[in-house]
Amino acid sequence: MTKFLTLLSREVKSSFYSPIAYVVICFFLGLTGLCFYSGVGFLSRGATERTIIEAFFDSVPFWIGFILIFPPITMRVFAEEFKMGTIETLMTAPVRDWQVALSKFGGVLVFYIALWLPTLLYFVIFQQVAKAEAANAMGAYWGSYLEILMAGMLFISIGCFASVLTQNQVVAAVISFCVITFFFLGGLLSFFTPNIAPELRMLASYCSVLEHMGEFSKGMIDSRRFVFYGSGTALMLLLTHQVFQFRRWKS
Amino acid sequence: MIKVENLTKRYAGVTAIHDLSFEVEKGEIVGFLGPNGAGKSTTMRILSSYMPATSGRVSIAGFDVFSQSMQARQHLGYMPENVPLYPDMRVTEYLNYRATLKEITGARQRERVGDVKELCALKDVENRIIGTLSKGYRQRVGLADALLHSPDLLILDEPTIGLDPNQIRQVRDLIRNLGKHHTILLSTHILPEVEMTCSRVVIINRGKIEAADTPENLVSALRAAGGIRLEAKVGSDDGVAEICKLTGVKEVTVENEEGWSVFTLRTDSRTDPREELWRLANDRRWSVRELSRRRATLEDVFVELTHGDEV
Repeated sequence: MTKFLTLLSREVKSSFYSPIAYVVICFFLGLTGLCFYSGVGFLSRGATERTIIEAFFDSVPFWIGFILIFPPITMRVFAEEFKMGTIETLMTAPVRDWQVALSKFGGVLVFYIALWLPTLLYFVIFQQVAKAEAANAMGAYWGSYLEILMAGMLFISIGCFASVLTQNQVVAAVISFCVITFFFLGGLLSFFTPNIAPELRMLASYCSVLEHMGEFSKGMIDSRRFVFYGSGTALMLLLTHQVFQFRRWKS
Repeated sequence: MIKVENLTKRYAGVTAIHDLSFEVEKGEIVGFLGPNGAGKSTTMRILSSYMPATSGRVSIAGFDVFSQSMQARQHLGYMPENVPLYPDMRVTEYLNYRATLKEITGARQRERVGDVKELCALKDVENRIIGTLSKGYRQRVGLADALLHSPDLLILDEPTIGLDPNQIRQVRDLIRNLGKHHTILLSTHILPEVEMTCSRVVIINRGKIEAADTPENLVSALRAAGGIRLEAKVGSDDGVAEICKLTGVKEVTVENEEGWSVFTLRTDSRTDPREELWRLANDRRWSVRELSRRRATLEDVFVELTHGDEV
């Protein structure tokens, strides 16, 4: 456990050492600030059924920004170690493969959570200013942030998987961007083509991050989503671990 | 300390090492030599349990590197080729990090990190970021890392590559000192260095062991073990024929240089015909301006054993 925590803290630190981290933080906070601003603007136009949470999390620029942040924060994790050869020093110390794989995932996850923390401030301020009862719907806050956490875990594990496939960070970023985008757009299938088979529509809505957010941001916490994101993340991490071992043994 | 039995490693279609067997005893400093691509790094990576072999067995301090990998890793310090380090960490920070991974914590960690910094002369750069260090310092950080858990065995892949002559000398002295307490397996291309530091040499070529012995034995077993050079004026005598009669002389060649005949003698390794040669020259009243012996070096052995490569 000490070893895992050491590896994890090294991963977290190296996330923050890299200049990319600050580019991502600026981009992300700028974008979410804008979404919040436009959400408030929307609410101030008159009476509506939507809450600030829905207005914030359910906007197009928000989702575009959301899927854009994963490639740059995950591309580095394995690719850089293979490129620099540090994987050799790391893996000849008495550490196990799964400890390394899991610490890489965990490191990015900690960074991701740190990225989200400042956005809580928006809502704290909003509650203070608006003093509306709907603004205090704790279920909606919990639901939305839970969805963000779970979708984040899945996408980070996809990013880690892309990074373990190559020693070129750009290639890793492109792979994870493509996979995440396809996955995201797949969920929108029923919007694009209304006449698809009902089975396909069900599958699409089962995988649709947007639809999940629709439910969660109303405070409807559906346990099926835990299974979906949990098993998806576990699968990607397992694949990452397998490829990691395979690549080390082949190099 | 190291026991390698029938080790074979195949990459997609290429056999990198083939049926390698050797042993390294406790306390030895063994030089692992071979041309580029001979399989040195592959072997060292298997020994350090970075990757598994296709077949064969390796044990380090009695632990199998594949099935008892964690224990084996506890007993060895490995410095990979080109010393990969995290450029974003500071020297002390890196050593502390590595120490924790090697299960050295608390007061012992402070003590060991202090010791290796002292030993590898890293005190003046301990707070520098590794990315800003020179090659020589990075090499020393790598070595310090390998020494952290005071392993019984050190495996060093080209520890002096890319260093300037002063740094090479420093690293060589360091290795020689370490050899008093550790078993060392090192690979290098700098052969005089091996002659100076190593008690035994293993030469591999195309994945197979060509020779394994002490440097002295290898040199004396060499077919072209050295040679003798005589520069003389022999007048009307047939110098070559006369010299060939001496015992132990295998081959004589002659060249002309500024009116002097320069004889080069190939002898077998155990005889030294210089005294006889001198007597011969005296008897025949040849004027002699040079009589010298060139000792064969490990370099000759290396070239002899691996020269088929350039074809």
